[in-house]
Order: sequence, then C-alpha cells, then structure tokens
Amino acid sequence: MILLQLVSDGLQLGAVYALFSSGLTLIWGMMNVMNFAHGQFVMLAMYVAFFCFTLLKVGPAFFVPLAAVGLFGFGVVVYLLLVRHVMRGPMLAQIISTFGLALVLQYSALWAFSANFVSLPTTLVGGVYDLGGVRLSAARLLAGATAIALTAGMHLLLTRTDLGSRMLAVSEDRVAAALVGIRPDPMQALAWGLGAAATGVAGGLIALFFYVSPDVGNSFTLLAFVTVCLGGFGSVPGALLAGLVIGVVESFSAYWLGPATKDVVVYGLFVALLWVRPQGMFGRA
Amino acid sequence: MSISRRGVLAWPALAVLPALSKHAMAAETVRIGYIEALTGNAAAAGQSIKQAAELAVEIINTPHPDLAPLTLAGTAGLPNLGGAQVALTWADNQGSPAVAASDALRLITQDHVIAMCGAYQSSCTLTSSAVAERYGIPYLAGESAAANLTERGYKWFFRTTPYGPDFAKLYLDFLADVAKGGLATGRIAVVHENTDYGTSVADSMVSTAASRGIKIAQRIAYNANGTDVSPQVLELKKGNPDVIIFISYTSDSILYLKTMKTLDYRPPIVIGDDSGFSDPSFIKAVGPIAQGALNRSAFVPGKPDSITYKINALFKKRTGRDMDDTTARSMQGLFVLCDAINRAGSTKPEAIREALVKTDLPASQLLIGYKGVKFNAQGQNILAYSLMIQLQGESYVPVWPADQASAKLELPFKGWT
Repeated sequence: MILLQLVSDGLQLGAVYALFSSGLTLIWGMMNVMNFAHGQFVMLAMYVAFFCFTLLKVGPAFFVPLAAVGLFGFGVVVYLLLVRHVMRGPMLAQIISTFGLALVLQYSALWAFSANFVSLPTTLVGGVYDLGGVRLSAARLLAGATAIALTAGMHLLLTRTDLGSRMLAVSEDRVAAALVGIRPDPMQALAWGLGAAATGVAGGLIALFFYVSPDVGNSFTLLAFVTVCLGGFGSVPGALLAGLVIGVVESFSAYWLGPATKDVVVYGLFVALLWVRPQGMFGRA
Repeated sequence: MSISRRGVLAWPALAVLPALSKHAMAAETVRIGYIEALTGNAAAAGQSIKQAAELAVEIINTPHPDLAPLTLAGTAGLPNLGGAQVALTWADNQGSPAVAASDALRLITQDHVIAMCGAYQSSCTLTSSAVAERYGIPYLAGESAAANLTERGYKWFFRTTPYGPDFAKLYLDFLADVAKGGLATGRIAVVHENTDYGTSVADSMVSTAASRGIKIAQRIAYNANGTDVSPQVLELKKGNPDVIIFISYTSDSILYLKTMKTLDYRPPIVIGDDSGFSDPSFIKAVGPIAQGALNRSAFVPGKPDSITYKINALFKKRTGRDMDDTTARSMQGLFVLCDAINRAGSTKPEAIREALVKTDLPASQLLIGYKGVKFNAQGQNILAYSLMIQLQGESYVPVWPADQASAKLELPFKGWT
C-alpha cells in the first residue's frame, strides 16, 4: 500500500514538475533562449491567483485563464522590450539579462507583496479521493491532467499546424526563415507569449496546493531546467515524461534513503543519463 | 534699567544652553550592525525582526515613561553616553551562511559598528559571529537556538534566547505531564530541517531524552527548500508515533500541514518548535488545518497594563500584526545589548563586552517571559525560559504550565474539521 501511495505521490509531484516546465520547453527548447526568469513568471501567476481569490473571491475557473492571458501579454512584452535586443549579443548576454529580469521580478514582488508566505485555502479545490487506501489530492490531479493536456496541445501545435512549422523554422534558422517569407519577430514574440501563458496556467494551478511567496520560483526553477534537459531539448512529450520520472525517483529515494539525500539521487541519475544520452531521453542529437 | 522683551526671553534660553551643548557634544551615534535574512526563504521572519528592532530603537531613543521599568524605556537615548542615539545598520544575509560572514566583515570594517546582532537562522549566526570574534566585536544572538553556538568557547558571543537543551527539557517535562493524564507520549518522532538550527535542536532533543531513558522513535532530516514532503509524512504515518516534534522553518511547516491533510494523517500530539510554526504567515496560510498544534513561546501579550501588552500594541500599530515569540526574543536581545552599552558608558568593544559579562537583569525589566538575563561563562543566558502554547482558533494561547495557562490544553491534535 505504501508502495502504491509512493508511486501515486511521485506521479502527482512529477505532473507538477511537468506543468511547471511546460512553458520553459517552448521558450528554451524551441527558441533556444535560456529564460532564467521562468520561476518568477510562475510566481507572478501564483500571485494573480492569490489576489483574484482574496480580492474578487473567484475560483480557479476564472483565475487560471486570467493568469494565462496576463502572462501571455507579459511574455510578449518581455520579448519585445528585452529578449529581442539581447539576442543580437552573445549567449552570455541572454543568460545574464534573463537572470537580471528574474531578480527584478523577485525583488519587485518582495517590495509590493512583502516577504510573507500566503496561501489559498485548502478547501478551494480541496477534495481528496481515497482509492482503496491510496489518497489522491484533487488539486494535484487537476494539475496533472492539465499538464498532460497542455503538453498534448503544444505538441500538436508544433507538429501539426502551419503556425507551429513556422515557429520551428524560425528557431532553426532565423535568416533562412526570413528568406522564405516568415517574419521572425512576430513568430518569436508568439512563442514567448505562448510559453508564458503555459507558465500562467501552471502558476494558477500550483497555487492551489503550494504556498506563495516572492521567492517560490526558486524552489522549482532548477528542477524545470533539469526536466527540459532530461526530456530532450525541444521535445514536448519528453519534458512531460521527464517530469514524471523525476517525481517518482524523488518520492522513492526520499522515502527509502531519507529526504536529505533525494537530491543526490535525482541529480546523480540526471548526470548519469546525460553521460549516456547527452541529447536527453527524446532529444535529437 | 529697562528690561527688553528680548532680554526676558534670553535668560531661560541661556539656562538651557549648558544642557544643550553637553547633549550636542555627546551626541555620538551608537552604531549597531544587524545581520538578518531580509530576502530569501526566511525573509518573512527577517522582515518582522527588522520591524521589531526598529520599534526597539524608537523606544530606546525617545522617552517612553509608560513602559517603565523596561530597561532604557524611560530615557531618551543612552543616558550614560550623554543621551547618545542608537542607530542600526542592516545587512541582508539572504539566508546564506556565506553571505552572513561577508556581511559581518563589511559591517565591522566599513561601517565601523561597535556591536552586532543577528541572525534568526543559526547557520548564519554561526558564520557571522566567527567574524565578529576574530575582530573582537561583541555579538548578541537574540533568536538563534542551535546549541553549538555557545559551545565554541567564544569570548565575544552572547545569547539571550533559550536554546536547544532548554527546549528539549521543556518538551519532555510537558509530555511527562501530559502522560499523567493518560495520553501516551512515549514514542516521539523528531522531524527537522537539516541545517544548523534543525540538526542541533534535534541533537539536543535526542540527548536530553536519552538522559531520561527515552529513546527517540523516529528521526527524519530534510531540506527546508524542498518542493514536496509527502515521503516524510508517509514515513511518519507508517511509524505512527505518539508525538511529532517539527523543527522547521515557515515554507516547510506550511507544506507539512497541507500534506498531512491530503494524506489524512493526524498524529495525537503535534509540537512545532517555534520558527515556522510561530511565523504569522503560518497561521494565515494553514491555521484552519493546524488546530491544536503546540508550540513554545517566551512571549505572551498578557494583561492590558503589562509591558508586554503595551509593546505589542505599539508593534501592532506599526505593522498591523501581533508580535510573536521570534520578534519578541530579537527585540529583547537588542535591549540587553543596548543596556550593556549604556552601563559600559563607552563605545569601546572591550568595555561593552565587560558590561555584557556583568549583565544581571531581573524579569521585571524585560519585555519577555524569561526569568531574567544573566550569562554563564559560555555567553548563554541561564535564566532563559519558555512555556507551551497551543493554536486554538486564530491565535496561540498559553496552555502549560498550568499556573501560567490562560486556556485549557486540548488534546489530541485536531488539525482540521
């Protein structure tokens, strides 16, 4: 029974990781821009959820779409005002500028919302299902289902639609894409917007069962990068699977070897896998 | 002789002059460095401590006769230094021991502080006080509870707060008393975050229990920055202890309560060792599902005419929140340090250190429930004291020992309804 609970906890946690990473897959995996402010995007979405609930008394059906729309706009703005310009510079400029953006967002949140931890009431999506002794949290199930839906949607968009092909073309070769008549700027702005919107959905849902604070993004950021890396750059389903694998590995290693050593196991496996398959599980070499 | 109007006005003004000039001459500001986690994971606690310390400075720098007999409340500034004003220089350690050490260095060498306070997280106190020791600057820790801090044989380190062994003793005394009422308390689980604070308080717990012939049934160490605590809760559920003692910071305490609810696990007795459980945001975030959680505190607002009540009112006016144990302990630490500087009558570190060694404050001059402040050779306050409080509704109320309780102890742990 403990075993089943561990597997289900691991999968639920993994789904959260996958959800958290979904926006990053698009921006990093597809557009080749390292967005170190990813965790802070999620943090902003979590605050959108929190303030919608406390000020407007509305539930996730309202604030999750709102966070998605809000973050979409924010992503486009970040691309147009910041990323577009630094992309002309060396890779290091991208890294440092998004890292700077991360700090600006985090400390602005600290200034505006104070350092206090806040939380949505556990009753908002508070159901717990008991399947023969294995307990599943409704909020996490919702997060998991959304992660799968988002992944599927993004995968279809990129592989089955004309728009997706054009976005991929731009990420592959900006100049060549321009030569065949695709304007790169709107495509990349759209990719940033969509990536940020996915992040908005993730933040809105994670706020249902996690605490919210200005530095909450940091807890997940590294894991999001590891998830995308492990899944294989540019592979949307790969990131989902990687999230689930990491969740289950964490859950088991924390239970058997102790919570303090679980990171050793997770990152150890990560390094080992990259040694065998540097392109990640589903990435193309 | 004609008396002009100007002349009449001038005479009293002249009489005041010597007092004024003396004040102006001695108005050397006493600069104290304060190292705290103002950003990062412990920022909520760090920011409250900052607000408390700023209130303490205001009480010291301006006369508050209504707060007498609290030390330095009645006068303006430090009387033995000609009414010198106290000023704090803040350094943000971001919750990182390495940053705390460089903060200390900067405060001493660049800002020339004459004494230091800090730093909520024991791991940060450990590194920053080592720097102060090297430079011979008095360091007063008002909040850090790790036992090893006062076991280093330091000459410049003083701690007013009760520490690990005090808490272990308090919990075991309390549990022994509860056991008399018929509730089993023999199997104790200790769940602690794995930096200096959690590890050393857990160590004190294990050794103090062992000295009474009690074996700690489960001990679980974890990383407070983690994203998930389900495996730990499952392990506890399987071990099924009578009592769980959490030695945790805020974010992890919140996750524990949320996860316990999801996994439907209600241990009979839950004790949170201050820190996370005392953070006002803990009550806001998970108060409704943490009903009956026990905690320790040296601060109880008390009756409307008490010092504690009045200070709490001042704090609430500034921040909109009540004081908690952590803010009160940090504030008390700063008062003790300023009292020593005043008694030293000097800003020389050696004189302040000597005054600190001689500190002997009675309970009546404190804002917190210690039995007094008096340091042993290691710099530990031997009169530090706490009582047990319980989360009932939206606030903690004192429940043990019986003679100081204002509400009835409610067991077993109710959690949520």
